[in-house]
Amino acid sequence: MKNPLVALIVGILIGVGGLYFFLPYDPLARSGRQADAGASQQAEEGERMAAGDTLRRVRQRGFIQCGVSQGLPGFSNPDERGRWSGIDADFCRAMAAAIFGNAEQVRFRPLSAKDRFTALQSGEIDILSRNTTWTMSRDTQLGFNFVGVTYYDGQSFMVRKAAGIKTTADLAGATICTETGTTTELNLADYFRSRGLSYRVLSFEKNDEAIVAYDRGRCDAYTTDASGLYATRLKLADPDANMILSEIISKEPLGPAVRQGDPQWENIARWTLNALLEAEELGVTSENLDEMLKSENPRVKRLLGLEGAYGSTMGISNDWAANAIRAVGNYGEMFERNVGKATPLGIERGLNALWTNGGLQYAPPVR
Amino acid sequence: MGAERNRRRGQGGKVPFGWNNPRVRSFVYQAAVLGLVIGIVWFFATTAQENLSRLNISSGFGFLDTTAGFGIIQTLIPYTEQSSYGRAFLVGLLNTLVVAAIGIVLSVMLGFFIGVMRLSRNWLVATIAAGYVEVMRNIPLLLHLFFWYFAVLRPLPGPADSIEPLPGVFLNNRGLILPEPIFGPAANAFFIAIAVALAAGFVLIRWARKRQIETGELFPAWRAALAMVVVLPGLVWLIAGAPFTLEFAEHAGFDFEGGMRLLPEFVALVLGLTLYTAGFIAEIVRAGIQSVSKGQREAAAALGLKESTTLRLVVIPQALRLIIPPLTSQILNLTKNSSLAVAIAYPDLVAVFAGTVLNQTGQAIEVIALTMAVYLTLSLITSLLMNWYNARIALKER
Repeated sequence: MKNPLVALIVGILIGVGGLYFFLPYDPLARSGRQADAGASQQAEEGERMAAGDTLRRVRQRGFIQCGVSQGLPGFSNPDERGRWSGIDADFCRAMAAAIFGNAEQVRFRPLSAKDRFTALQSGEIDILSRNTTWTMSRDTQLGFNFVGVTYYDGQSFMVRKAAGIKTTADLAGATICTETGTTTELNLADYFRSRGLSYRVLSFEKNDEAIVAYDRGRCDAYTTDASGLYATRLKLADPDANMILSEIISKEPLGPAVRQGDPQWENIARWTLNALLEAEELGVTSENLDEMLKSENPRVKRLLGLEGAYGSTMGISNDWAANAIRAVGNYGEMFERNVGKATPLGIERGLNALWTNGGLQYAPPVR
Repeated sequence: MGAERNRRRGQGGKVPFGWNNPRVRSFVYQAAVLGLVIGIVWFFATTAQENLSRLNISSGFGFLDTTAGFGIIQTLIPYTEQSSYGRAFLVGLLNTLVVAAIGIVLSVMLGFFIGVMRLSRNWLVATIAAGYVEVMRNIPLLLHLFFWYFAVLRPLPGPADSIEPLPGVFLNNRGLILPEPIFGPAANAFFIAIAVALAAGFVLIRWARKRQIETGELFPAWRAALAMVVVLPGLVWLIAGAPFTLEFAEHAGFDFEGGMRLLPEFVALVLGLTLYTAGFIAEIVRAGIQSVSKGQREAAAALGLKESTTLRLVVIPQALRLIIPPLTSQILNLTKNSSLAVAIAYPDLVAVFAGTVLNQTGQAIEVIALTMAVYLTLSLITSLLMNWYNARIALKER
């Protein structure tokens, strides 16, 4: 053949040309022609990503996709009828109530520690409410924004009482079981390295196997966040033969995360959490809500949507906070119901008390 | 075809360059398809790149140089928490390779054994083999792993009451702890002696086979080679004055310090993979052996060959031609199945790299692409080796 090059070029042009006409939108627009595209393209771009894309999709779908754990009592755990309970699950219900006025318009998706970030990045879930530690790299490199802290936690260790371990320093040379893909793995390494202690780590994909391995004596200690340890101890064959060390080796602020690039959705999530905290500070509970609606306190009136238009500026109704509080109660109620003294976990408020009571929970004002 | 084309050329000359020329047309079509494929790949790549930067997700392979910061329980190469993610990748890769290599050898051996057992004329032996195959290959591999892991763990005592079958060897639920050889300066000579002995043994066996084919004389080559492999390094050992010493593990605190150890996770993974895959291999071996026609055995018997010799020289070589291709698939499966290791906390490539590293960097596309590339490469190399072996033992048609 004389002119293979001509034929090759013609063919490639036909191929690429055909592709160009049939694609949903054209790939050149963003990479190649950015300079001359100007204002119209920016407007289009802005519309595509910022203006409440997530809220619009959630409304269309009729429910929130909420990423939770595969079963952690007190945080997100299915009960015997398959209903999810716990602080993390309740937070998603509060959001559903704020958006739809109905706390049941939420579907829970159990995720392993390993899969949770990819699920949020890919848009499989709208919000990740899965006892996830807020760290800088997760906030800046994974494309997420954390909206606040639902539970101030810290990492600790569970050991067998018979082993005679009193402090973390006694753990030198120990084999420690944990779950893969958590900040726990890193804290563990940091902690032992900074103290020049040796250790061996066994990282399981699922919590359940890690617990069985600990129970069978494969490891000397099991480590995760202190709240998780209290929950896990309940799953052991003989909970009373095990104890949780009082030392906390890390800061683990647990909170819900959303994708970056949709400020409206982020605001709804952030302010739903703030509203639950503000409600506790103002003494608004799910029980006295109807009385509080008659309150003359301007802070209460603003929170419950009787004054101002705080909800509609976020694209939801003005009684969003009232709906959320009616559904799950204020932060204190949520805490006591799921992990508080009356529950099998029996965790004290501690750091999670309001700032007015010596804790760290502090919400910016609604005004 | 060719003749006709020549005739047409002779009559009308060349078909002119243009749309009516079939070669030009087919070339354009192929180029169009190529263009389409390139375009689609480029479209996906730019879209992914665009979305990643829009969502502020980091991309690129720069993370491989960053400090990993996590510990790994089994490392075949030096690794500490300060090592890089790239190093962690290598550690995971080697852990995968070692499990796959040992699993392949053991499962092929066990598979052949069970396969031959199934054809035994002894009813009990054949039934046991059949039972093995049906039980092992009908249970999901993940359950095998959990079963063997917890079955391995259950009877083992804690480190404080270790079983000590030999002095310096300890068995407990932290693993099998062995003394570690510490190599002295003369150790190299010892390793060279082993290599020389192996090479000499190989040459000797080839020479003996050639001589047998030419003259019919037998020479006990295997026994001679074995003696060589034992005696030569042994002599070097004595002359060099024992170039390495054993470092014994010591009980300290919770565990043992020093020595080499075989982790329960490793043992459970190898056990699970081997027993599961051997069930499939046994069936492949049985099918291969049964495909060899009965006449071959009868002919061998008529020549006065012993039953074991018949199996080794007549039946197996012919059966191998049918066994090798499906056996390759099983070997590939075993390698890929080793990625279930994370379920029982064995630090293989998927657990370390596609697990911990993926979570800490969040760079799913790069990490998964690299992991996929590793398994693809391993599979292609295995196929290549097996195809080469298959071609070597294929029926020589003369």
